[in-house]
Amino acid sequence: MSDGSALAHHFEDLEQQHDAATLGMWIFLVTEVMFFGGLFAGYTMYRATYPGAFAEGSRLCEVTLGALNTAVLITSSLTMALAVRAASLGRPRTTVWCLAGTMLLGVVFLAIKFLEYYHKYQERVVPGLNFTYAGPSARQVELFICFYFGLTGLHALHMIIGLVVVAVMMTLVWRRRVSPAHYTPIEVAGLYWHFVDIVWIFLFPLLYLVDLHR
Amino acid sequence: MTSQLLPLRVYVTVFAVLLALTGLTTFVARIDLGFFNVIVALTIAVAKALLVALFFMHLAHMKHRTQLVAGAGILWLLILIALTMSDVLSRGWFHPPAGL
Repeated sequence: MSDGSALAHHFEDLEQQHDAATLGMWIFLVTEVMFFGGLFAGYTMYRATYPGAFAEGSRLCEVTLGALNTAVLITSSLTMALAVRAASLGRPRTTVWCLAGTMLLGVVFLAIKFLEYYHKYQERVVPGLNFTYAGPSARQVELFICFYFGLTGLHALHMIIGLVVVAVMMTLVWRRRVSPAHYTPIEVAGLYWHFVDIVWIFLFPLLYLVDLHR
Repeated sequence: MTSQLLPLRVYVTVFAVLLALTGLTTFVARIDLGFFNVIVALTIAVAKALLVALFFMHLAHMKHRTQLVAGAGILWLLILIALTMSDVLSRGWFHPPAGL
């Protein structure tokens, strides 16, 4: 695609179009901050109310798998950043490989996540399905596990959407619709992917690391 | 195009620091610091989030307008959590006088 056809008629030039697109994506990401923010606020409120039960519930999370998934997601952010860089330098082959690596790591993340969910099912601590945790504060522990599934579930949904977006970007690069003058789609997709990484960066300590020190 | 092209070593360095901070937060969580466990965990998380936003998302090199939007998002999130907690934590501080 030539630079002329990449430019929508209501923009002065490609740079202005690029700025407008990234600004629009950031505004969307701010709505996402508020979307997850409601759940984070609820989590903070109940953790302050039931600190003991939240510590107890946190022990049901598998720290090793959580830390491994954090590393996997951070690595996927690196490959995504390198894909944007390669696209802006006009290296479609490198871009496609970096995007493929990002997708592979995203799938690994979801696989590990699924394994954790399966372990929760085996331990019979899935609320609404087979929650049979016993103890004086079982109800409050169940509340923590609800936050665990709600937050990680919504995050996983964002990962799945991200995988679809990255797959679309791969076809764009494959068909040479991206050039150093117009790599905005890759940049914007990267913003989304990195945002989902940031959400996990907060979920990991808030869900897995509450009560390791006792 | 605006100059968002960072040298390769910037991305690799940020990546290495992010991995190191992940290891650090997992390690520190096992040491009993009392109330400061949650402070340390959140400080490390904020540092990691800033590294991702500033360099991977190029926020450090974006126009001020875009930085303002991102900052506004964080400010409103803090308002949401601060006002919620000001209610939750202050319950029971005051009691109505008898007979009311």
